[in-house]
Amino acid sequence: MKKTYPIEVDCANCAAKMEDAAKKTPGVQDCVVNFMTLKMTVTFEEGKKPADVMPLVLERCKAVEDDCEIHF
Amino acid sequence: MNKRQKKTLTRIILSAAIMILLSGFQYFFRDLLDIDPSGWLKFFAYLVPYILVGYDILLKAWKGIKHRQPFDENFLMAVASIGAIVLGRVRTGDYAEGAAVMLFYQIGELFQSVAIGKSRRNISALMDIRPDSANLETEAGQVETVDPDEVETGSILVVRTGEKVPIDGIVVEGTSSLDTSALTGESVPRTVREGDEVLSGCINQQGLLRIRTTREFGDSTASKILDLVENASSRKSRPEAFITKFARIYTPAVCFAALALALLPPLFLLLTGQSADWGDWIMRALTFLVISCPCALVISIPLTFFAGIGGASSSGILVKGSNYFEGLAKIGTVVFDKTGTMTEGVFEVSGVHHAPAGEQYVLRMAALAESYSTHPIAQSLRRACGAEISRDSVTDVREISGQGVIATVEGHQVAAGNEKLMDAFSIQSEPCSSVGTVVHVAVDGVYQGHILIADQVKPAAAATVEALHQLGIGKTVMLTGDHQKAAQAVAAEIGMDEVYAELLPEDKLRKVEELMQAQTGRTLAFVGDGINDAPVLSRADLGIAMGALGSDAAIEAADVVLMDDNPLKVAKAIRIARKCLRIAYQNIVFAIAVKLICLVLGALGIASMWLAIFADVGVMVLAVLNAVRALRVKNL
Repeated sequence: MKKTYPIEVDCANCAAKMEDAAKKTPGVQDCVVNFMTLKMTVTFEEGKKPADVMPLVLERCKAVEDDCEIHF
Repeated sequence: MNKRQKKTLTRIILSAAIMILLSGFQYFFRDLLDIDPSGWLKFFAYLVPYILVGYDILLKAWKGIKHRQPFDENFLMAVASIGAIVLGRVRTGDYAEGAAVMLFYQIGELFQSVAIGKSRRNISALMDIRPDSANLETEAGQVETVDPDEVETGSILVVRTGEKVPIDGIVVEGTSSLDTSALTGESVPRTVREGDEVLSGCINQQGLLRIRTTREFGDSTASKILDLVENASSRKSRPEAFITKFARIYTPAVCFAALALALLPPLFLLLTGQSADWGDWIMRALTFLVISCPCALVISIPLTFFAGIGGASSSGILVKGSNYFEGLAKIGTVVFDKTGTMTEGVFEVSGVHHAPAGEQYVLRMAALAESYSTHPIAQSLRRACGAEISRDSVTDVREISGQGVIATVEGHQVAAGNEKLMDAFSIQSEPCSSVGTVVHVAVDGVYQGHILIADQVKPAAAATVEALHQLGIGKTVMLTGDHQKAAQAVAAEIGMDEVYAELLPEDKLRKVEELMQAQTGRTLAFVGDGINDAPVLSRADLGIAMGALGSDAAIEAADVVLMDDNPLKVAKAIRIARKCLRIAYQNIVFAIAVKLICLVLGALGIASMWLAIFADVGVMVLAVLNAVRALRVKNL
């Protein structure tokens, strides 16, 4: 399952950091962050609920980039 | 400007004002400084504007260290400015430099964030085709406004004047002219009436339309196009990939170089018995750090491609990834499909020759034999025949690819097709002296004459070939399944360099492969309409689908999608790509050159920290302004 979320982040480098952090989150199969459109596309692992995974993704992103935001 | 940007701006203005006051105070009341012989008062005074403007950077740098990801620009700036202030404390008593580094860095960051926000908005305005709501007509006949996502296929929607068509569908009531410019870049409105297909993203200019949706919102044209454009920048071009890698190696490398610059020369001086001059070398190392910030590159290259993709979409050219800009810019050969690409693809019967049994008879037999075919030729035969055709009398239809059709019509065996088909049945056929597609007709093995069907060359076809030649594209080739003579006449008319005729779909694929092998270093683009040439579109270095609105197969197979069917857009796409790449390379070379020069000057002690920060912010501002230029493609 694939879902796209609007995000807020300040710089291209920070967006890349968020992408890395989200990719390493359990339940996430793949993630692409598009800084230009401010969108995060997350591919979830089979059987995982986005509602369960996304808070964890946000937490991990916050750890690498303090003032980022994901709207889910 | 958003809230955060406004806050940063206030901080910058306040901090700059305090710094100006402080230096003015220092200048006019030099005597007063006598009351502060230790210099601590001045130190704390300058700390106020410094902390005010830079506290978030310091915090971020600290968090970076805590999360073991220290080497980013916040870290560079924090180390450089803190270092400058500490040095000021122990050596010069001048704190303005350290505070100014932070101030100018923040000005640069603010500018960058505003510039990106602005181009982001510009581009989304260009691509403003996403409908916000749909007016759903319920079974009771009432109209409800709903989220387009919730509309099921087959629902009836009402589209009022000035509204966007939210979902692809078919008009069931009403006539209107639709503004398709957001989709195609063309300003001429399209008239639709009952039974016509309408695409989402078009704007209803007059009248009320009731449409029955044929797709879900997510599969509709507008959603697909937006998807395509938004995902385009995730396919990275080579310059982008280079910059990402460059930044990853560059920042740590410069940090270590700075460390070496701070330690090695003084140690060397010490060992050789001279004065080490630690302060001077540390200052040079800090200057080094300020210059090293890679922001100009990291931001301007993706921004260039993003702007390029946005600009191209606004002209009705969808580029599916920034990597395809490189392919477009390096095209050496353009291969065109003939029908529907260089010609209108609308066939009309222009004559019936050598028909002993009468024109109408030949036309009727051919139309009946082809009555199960959806090929444009079959359609034009049916149109020319005029009368309603009943398929009941047609049996045993067999289509022979690249030759024609044989069928039993009213008990007679009818063969309708080209010369090869006639040869296959050993029927002597009369060649046609006019140019066009010729359908020979034989009934029960007896030749009954032929029908001439001509296609119109597009008005822009010749201009396209000329424009391509002007762009330095060495070879234009036309492929067609048509008769040699017809193909050559069209090729001569529009100035095509080479033409290969009488090709079956699989021959086209082979021909394109041959042509691809024949050239080195440049790319081959295939331009087709996506109808039965999807394999060739995906096989070519660069597949350009034309007039692909609503054709999923073409959008899927192609790398570049032209929303309308004007071949001139091929030349325009190439010009946009070249401009975009030119800007990207300008930015890379310019930014790296300035940085390298400043690094050398900084290491030699010629460039001060002031120069360093101006170089850093200045390069970034110029690179971002240059990048935004890629958005302007209207007059290309």
